[in-house]
Amino acid sequence: MDFELSKEQLMVKKMVKEFADEVIQPRAIEIDKEAKFPVDIFEQMGELGLLGIPFPEEYGGAGADTLSYALAVEEIGRVCGSTGLSYAAAVSLGASPIYYFGTEEQKQNYLVPLAKGEALASFGLTEPNAGSDAGGTQTTAVEDGDDYVINGEKCFITNAGYAKFLIVTAITGKNEKGQNAISSIIVPADTKGITISSDYDKMGVRGSDTAEIVLNDVRVPKENLLGEAHKGFNQFLHTLDGGRISIAALGLGIAQGSLDRALSYAKERKQFGKPISSFQAIQFKLADMAMEVELARNMVHKAAWLKDNNKPFGKEAAYAKLYATETAFRNANQAIQIHGGYGYMREYEVERYLRDAKLLEIGEGTSEIQRMVIARQLGC
Amino acid sequence: MNIYVLLKRTFDTEEKIDVSNGRIEDESAEFIINPYDEYAVEEAINQRDAHGGEVTVVTVGDEESEKQLRTALAMGADKAVLINTEDDLEDGDQYTTAKILHAFFAEKEADLILAGNVAIDEASGQVGPRLAEALGIPFVTTITSLKIEDNTVTIEKDVEGDVEIVETSLPLLVTCQQGLNEPRYPSLPGIMKAKKKPLEELEIDDLDLEEDDVEQKTKTIDIYLPPEKEAGRVLEGDVDEQVKELVSLLKNEKKVL
Repeated sequence: MDFELSKEQLMVKKMVKEFADEVIQPRAIEIDKEAKFPVDIFEQMGELGLLGIPFPEEYGGAGADTLSYALAVEEIGRVCGSTGLSYAAAVSLGASPIYYFGTEEQKQNYLVPLAKGEALASFGLTEPNAGSDAGGTQTTAVEDGDDYVINGEKCFITNAGYAKFLIVTAITGKNEKGQNAISSIIVPADTKGITISSDYDKMGVRGSDTAEIVLNDVRVPKENLLGEAHKGFNQFLHTLDGGRISIAALGLGIAQGSLDRALSYAKERKQFGKPISSFQAIQFKLADMAMEVELARNMVHKAAWLKDNNKPFGKEAAYAKLYATETAFRNANQAIQIHGGYGYMREYEVERYLRDAKLLEIGEGTSEIQRMVIARQLGC
Repeated sequence: MNIYVLLKRTFDTEEKIDVSNGRIEDESAEFIINPYDEYAVEEAINQRDAHGGEVTVVTVGDEESEKQLRTALAMGADKAVLINTEDDLEDGDQYTTAKILHAFFAEKEADLILAGNVAIDEASGQVGPRLAEALGIPFVTTITSLKIEDNTVTIEKDVEGDVEIVETSLPLLVTCQQGLNEPRYPSLPGIMKAKKKPLEELEIDDLDLEEDDVEQKTKTIDIYLPPEKEAGRVLEGDVDEQVKELVSLLKNEKKVL
C-alpha cells in the first residue's frame, strides 16, 4: 500500500496550485459577482494542457492519470468553484464520452481540439422533465435518410453557451422490452435549429456558464452517432461515474479552501484579548473540518486510483462525491460561522464557498441519487 | 549553443519556517526552485529557442533536489545533472559549491551559464561569480535583459534601480534579476515528458574531488528567525497633526532623523 503521490502527480498539484493562486484567485470575487465565464482563464488552462490531462498524447492530451486530474480540479476548486465546475464539466462530461465511446475519426475530429483546449464541448442530458430520472428523456432523434432529425429541450447544461459542439441524448427507438432506447449524438453548436441561452440567475457557481438548449428540427448526419445506437443509457451512466470523481474533487477543493480561510482567520481574529483559535469552541470546529477534508481526500484519491487501475469504481465514486460535496457544504457553513459577521460578506469569500458547494450536492447526481447508487451496490 | 543553468533547491520563504537548534526544520518547510534561478531557467529556454542548442540544469544537492530538477525539465530544459553530496559532505558553503561546479565545468564547453542573482536562503550571490572567476570567463550579475547576436552579448544590468548597459562576449556567466522575464508554469505535457528526459547523477568522487578539497571556508554560528513584527500604530487627528507627530516620533523615539 502506498499513500505517496508520484513525482508527476506532485508536480501537477504544485503547478495547478500556483496557477490557481496567481491567476484565478485574484479574479474569483469578480467572476462570481458578475457571473461572467472567464474565457481567458480557460484559454490559459488550455495552453497549460489542463483540459487534456487524462487523455492520451495521440488525442492531444497529456497522458496523465485520473488522480492527476482530480488534483488539478481540487486546486482550482479551492480558489474558485465556478472555474472548477466548468473545468470538471469540460473534461468529464464534454470530452470524456468521446474518448470512451467515439470512433477513431470522432476522436480525431472532436476530442483533439477539446484536449488541446482549443474548444469546449457540453453534455446535454438533463431535460425539464428528466433530472434524476434521466431515463425520462423526451428529446427525440428520428432517422431521415442519412440524417438524424432532433427535437427537444435540454436544461442546466454546463458550458453550452461557449461550446463548439454538444453531445445530446435522445430517444432513437424502442428496446426489446418496449422501453425508450436512448442514443448519444454529437451536434455542432452552430447547427441550424439550435437555440442556446444562458439566462439562468444562479445562487452559486455563477461564473460557470449554464444554458438551456432548444433543438428544433436539428439535422445532423448519422455518422455523428456517438458509439453504438441505443446505448445512450449505459453511456451516460458510465460518463457520470467518472464525472462524480471530478465533482468530488471539486467539493474537496471547496472544503479545503473553507478550512484554510477559517483557520487563518481564527488565528488572526482577536476577541476577549485572544485569538479565537485559542477557544475550544472554534478549535473543535477546525478539528472536525480538517478531519473531514482528509477523509474526503482519501476517498477521492481511492476512487481515482481504482479508475486508473481499471478496477470497478462506481461505488467508491459515489462515496467520494457524496462525502466530499457534503463536507464542502458543512465546511463552508462552519467557515462562515467562524468568520462571524464578516463571513456573511462577499469580500471574505466563504459565503461564496457555501453557495458554490450547494450546487455540488445537486449536480451530476443529487446526494439522494448517490445514496441510491450505493444502496444498489450493497444489493438492496 | 551549450547553455547551463545553476539551480538551487531552497525552502519557500513565503511558507512557514521552523528553526530549532540553529537548523531549519526540513520536515515542516516547503521546498521550491530558488525564485531567481527560475528566471535563469526561463531565460535559458528562451535563448535556446532563439539560437538553438541545449539547456542543461545543474544542481549541487541531495536526492530531494531531483524534484526541482524535474520541474526545470518540465518547464522545457533538455537535461539535468544532480551532483549529490548527501553521502560525502556534512555541510558546505559558497566555496564548496563553486569548487564542485568548477570541477564539473572543467570538462564542459559551456557557451552560456545562467544562475540566480542570489538564493533566497543564504542570499550570498557568490556561487555564480566565484565559478566564473575559476573558469576564467566574464560574468555580469543582476541582469534584466540579455541579447545575443553572433558572439556579441548586450546586457542590461540592474544597478540599485538604475540600468547599466554592458557589452561582452561568449562564453559568459550571468546572474538573473527579477524583471528579466516571467517564468512559465510547467505545462501538463511538459510534466509528463520530464520523466523521460535524462537526469544524470554524480558524486564528488566522479569529479575527482576529495572531501578535503571542498571543505567549507566559513562557519555558521547560529540561525534564527527575525523577531516577530509588532503591531503597528495608527496616528490620529488631521493630516497636519499626524505629520507633526510622525516627525517627532521619528526624531525623538526612533532617532532615525
